[in-house]
Amino acid sequence: MRNRSLSFWLFLTPVILGLGIVVVIPFVYGLIYSFTDWNGLTANNFVGLENYIKLFQEDEFMNSIWFTIKFAVITVLLLNIFGLGLALLVTRNMKTNNLMRTVFFMPNLIGGLILGFIWQFIFISVFGDISGITGIEGLSGWLSTTNTGFWGLVILTSWQMAGYIMIIYIAYLENVPKELIEASKIDGANAVQRFKNVIFPLVAPAFTVSMFLTLSMSFKIYDQNLSLTNGGPFNSTQMVAMEIVRTAFSDREMAYAQAKAVIFFLIVAVISLTQVYYNKKREVDV
Amino acid sequence: MQKDREKRNTRLLEIFGLLLALLWLSPFYLMIVNAFKTKRGIFEGVLGIPVEFTFENFVNAFAELEFLKSLFNSVLITGLSILIIILFSSMAGYALARNKSKLSGIIFFVFVAAMLIPFQSVMIPLVAIFGQVDMLNAAGLIFMYLGFGCSLSIFLYHGAMTGISKSLDEAAIIDGASRFQTFWYIIFPLLKPISVTVAILNTIWIWNDYLLPSLVLSEANATIPLKMFYFFGQYTKQWHLALAGLTIAIIPVIIGYFFAQKQIIDGVSEGAVK
Repeated sequence: MRNRSLSFWLFLTPVILGLGIVVVIPFVYGLIYSFTDWNGLTANNFVGLENYIKLFQEDEFMNSIWFTIKFAVITVLLLNIFGLGLALLVTRNMKTNNLMRTVFFMPNLIGGLILGFIWQFIFISVFGDISGITGIEGLSGWLSTTNTGFWGLVILTSWQMAGYIMIIYIAYLENVPKELIEASKIDGANAVQRFKNVIFPLVAPAFTVSMFLTLSMSFKIYDQNLSLTNGGPFNSTQMVAMEIVRTAFSDREMAYAQAKAVIFFLIVAVISLTQVYYNKKREVDV
Repeated sequence: MQKDREKRNTRLLEIFGLLLALLWLSPFYLMIVNAFKTKRGIFEGVLGIPVEFTFENFVNAFAELEFLKSLFNSVLITGLSILIIILFSSMAGYALARNKSKLSGIIFFVFVAAMLIPFQSVMIPLVAIFGQVDMLNAAGLIFMYLGFGCSLSIFLYHGAMTGISKSLDEAAIIDGASRFQTFWYIIFPLLKPISVTVAILNTIWIWNDYLLPSLVLSEANATIPLKMFYFFGQYTKQWHLALAGLTIAIIPVIIGYFFAQKQIIDGVSEGAVK
């Protein structure tokens, strides 16, 4: 198909309109609006960097950024440990492999909003009951403090997404040639040595893929945040995505919220590009 | 002897794995058993099975959720979005893969680069623009899903096209087929495996999406997650009702998973690794 052929453009028109109207134009408008006093309908004045200066001075926004970074770091670690662990478990020669995969993956299919509500019940009522029976004080009052809210979100997200990361690791593990493992067994390598020297180097690309995925997933979390803690107590468990939604649609400070959204974009883009860069670099090295 | 030890280890691991799987399912167990309890039953204890077994919570939650209506809305919006994403993305993936020009490369790059933009970064102007042209409704929402869903889908179709020989197109064109006929009768059927992947990945996301519909749809057109949010807000601290509602909301997903688990897991694997 040549550029000038009408059919080339006809084939592309629907998606160009879709991406253009839904993503590109709002993105460009958003950039411009973030430097104005836009109220959702009209923008009367350019205010320069005012919105940006303001957001760096706002405690609530900076808190939400730190909270999100802390959450992302811990969740990325746990997700990859669980994901790899589960993948190693279900790639053994067992009859119940498929059953386990099905179970571990299941929470991914259900939305974060619904799962957050279920876990709200577990953290509040079930934990409360267990605490009453066993006398473990640490289990009562969950989600009522910043700390338990944080760990509640970490547990919910790890439980929900570990099966997804498991699937990624499985895809790489199953590409490890069986002969290689057999050969290393014959050479007398034990399980740890096999993992370290044979399996690990071959699944190393999986780390890049899943680090990238988990990091950007945990940065963009909104539904789980809304349904589990709703940002509480006192907005202390509010992540960046929720902060932006609130500023825009509860406080109706559109231009200011958009400035936050631009900062959010920059953070997510830098994370993604760094990962892509390392991915490419390693491919070249290999 | 080595073999025996390995067998025993595997057996132990299997038992551990199954216990872990039970633990994984425990949130669903707790949801379901407590959905069958009365309000007092939950107050008396949440761990055991119901003493006083009741089905009433489900009847009430089903009515309160207007479940058939929200199910219909969810099916309609997800279904139509998937159809247009598959049709338009496969056309674009085909056109971009068959045109080797620089311009084609740039267009492809723009679609891939757009995946970097998080939803919250465009959400506010998007809602403002659609509001101004009166398109904050189901049709507008479906169009938005095309915009957000096409990048990854085009990427997947573009990759799949490399495995389809160009001589197929040429033969069809010589036989007098138009470009669209060539695509529709020759290429599109060959893309079926990747279409399944595209359908699965987008269904998981669109079916469960909450934020975008909450900004676009009125309560009358609410999808399941949206309705669930209103419902839950109304019945906080009435866990017997809330849990029955949550159970009902999950049932369609579980049925879908039961029938298509292999395709779903394969599709997710394919979408993530590429």
